[in-house]
Amino acid sequence: MILFRLAIRSLTARRFTVGLTVFAIALSVALFLGVEKVRTGARASFADTISGTDLIVGARTGGVQLLLYSVFRIGNATNNIGWEAYSEIAERPEIDWIVPISLGDSHHGFRVMGTDTGYFEHHRYRGGRSLGFAEGTGLDDLFDTVIGADVAREMGYSVGDPIVVSHGLASFTDHDDKPFRVSGILEKTGTPVDRTVIVSLEAISAIHVDWKNGAQSTNRIAADAVRNMDLTPETVTAAMIGTTSRLKVFALQRAINEYPREPLMAIIPGLALQELWEIVGVAETALVGVSAMVVVTALLGMAAMIFAGLNERRREMAIFRAMGARPGTILLMLVLEAMLIAAAGALLGMALLTLGMVIAQPMVDAAFGLYLPLDPPGRRELVGFGAVVLAGGLVGLMPALRAYRMSLADGMTVRN
Amino acid sequence: MVEAGDQAAIRVREMAFGWAGPPAFRLGVADFTVAAGETVFLLGESGSGKSTFLSLICGINRPQQGRVEIAGKELSALRAGQRDRFRAENIGVIFQMFNLLPYAGALDNILLPLRFAPERRKRVGDARAEAMRLATALGLPSDLVEHGPAAALSTGQQQRVAVARALIGQPPLIVADEPTSALDAGAQAAFLELLFEQVRAVGSTLLMVSHDARLADRFDRQVQLSEIARIERGAR
Repeated sequence: MILFRLAIRSLTARRFTVGLTVFAIALSVALFLGVEKVRTGARASFADTISGTDLIVGARTGGVQLLLYSVFRIGNATNNIGWEAYSEIAERPEIDWIVPISLGDSHHGFRVMGTDTGYFEHHRYRGGRSLGFAEGTGLDDLFDTVIGADVAREMGYSVGDPIVVSHGLASFTDHDDKPFRVSGILEKTGTPVDRTVIVSLEAISAIHVDWKNGAQSTNRIAADAVRNMDLTPETVTAAMIGTTSRLKVFALQRAINEYPREPLMAIIPGLALQELWEIVGVAETALVGVSAMVVVTALLGMAAMIFAGLNERRREMAIFRAMGARPGTILLMLVLEAMLIAAAGALLGMALLTLGMVIAQPMVDAAFGLYLPLDPPGRRELVGFGAVVLAGGLVGLMPALRAYRMSLADGMTVRN
Repeated sequence: MVEAGDQAAIRVREMAFGWAGPPAFRLGVADFTVAAGETVFLLGESGSGKSTFLSLICGINRPQQGRVEIAGKELSALRAGQRDRFRAENIGVIFQMFNLLPYAGALDNILLPLRFAPERRKRVGDARAEAMRLATALGLPSDLVEHGPAAALSTGQQQRVAVARALIGQPPLIVADEPTSALDAGAQAAFLELLFEQVRAVGSTLLMVSHDARLADRFDRQVQLSEIARIERGAR
């Protein structure tokens, strides 16, 4: 106990150099844990985005690509599904529910998604939660729109406000002849839904009814006149499917993939996510590896600091030896010292990370839609802490072995 | 534990210790005995091999030939770890200067040897109270001993803390290596007075090495290191 107390005293007596070393370790640990946090947070965030959907159908493309544009609103569809094909699939007996998605337009950088009321009923996120309305109601009128929480917050919209949808994703052409009205605002989900403007499939048709080849024709059709027209869409971008039984998923997937009249593709969201992780995994591993190297570098810096101090501490070691301490005890004390520094660094690092997360969490959420949960330290942190302390002890073994040899040679006397 | 009786506190016989160098060095002591409870003044110039001699008595080094016995125990027959333990249990050491761990409090400095000597610790009972008693007996202000780092003490106070540390747990042998050389003449006399008083109270044997012959009066016996030891030095 006295040795522990003396080690603490010795460290506090050298508080400047020790403090800097602790801080270096703390920063490296915070970086490492931060990277881990973002990594797992991103995975969880991605995995939480969709649940309860058995299959996603789209035009034939890459599975990951289909997942990205249909669920995450990243990238664009190169092709659509024809309405006939969609209708045929929708009538198959395996289908419990099917929700169409039509993408392509935007509103101030937010994606506009056409769908039907089934979307609010069947879309699930974060382990089966349904979408809830923070304000207002669903799509009742043709030109009603339901907006995500981020859209409402960033644009300052409330129920009843008018909205004009722009054509395409980055264009200056607006569908300003057919304005929408905000009928409802969804609760925050922490998924891309927050950044989506939802309209009905018919509304997508309606605003494009007088458009040909990417430009509005001169024969414009007024908003009210559109209401009487047949607004059945010609195509949809993708569709989400729930099957009557999990056992039928693969059979249905095969049937869709082999659909004869159109090149279609069905993916299982979980598997596509897995595929995505395999792509991202390399970068992740590199990132984790680099941040682990930063921790190692900080620990080596600590070893250098202890090394540099050894010569000045020969007298101290001679005193310990005279009191009857074995050279092995001196070795242990130096390892203990290294472990204490590493432990202090790791603890401070965790504190820094927590502080940083408290500050950065809302910003990261707003900027990237990445929700990083602020959990109390769990097993992962405990293991990380243990690993850093252990690594600190191992690295500390280098100067400790030198001190061991010095104290064997010096004995009670100090030859300078 | 060996009681002080007719048994010698230190007995060195036909001992030789050296290293090949460079520079080669060899110290030989044919016969040196200190009776239990005796106070012996060992006069030696610096470079006379006294540090080496002390390290052999304390069991830091082991002679290549001959015997070193402390309180009847043949140190030269023990392994390194056993010698360290023996030193912790039986020998109190006082250095010339910088005796203390500067970052630790005086109290922790006094208690430190007990960490390596469980027997000695058992003998003490309430270690903290005993440390404070010794400190007070040595004229150290108790609040200075209890609070603040050792570095805040004056040199004279530090040397007295070192005495308390050497004496705690009543080790049979106290070895002091020029303990007064950092003190001025007046402080030297006062320091020796206190050292003798406490060593007598405990009944320990005292072996003090110094190059200053004026300090020898108080001791039972005075020995010239050059008379008992033969030193050979090789060329550098």
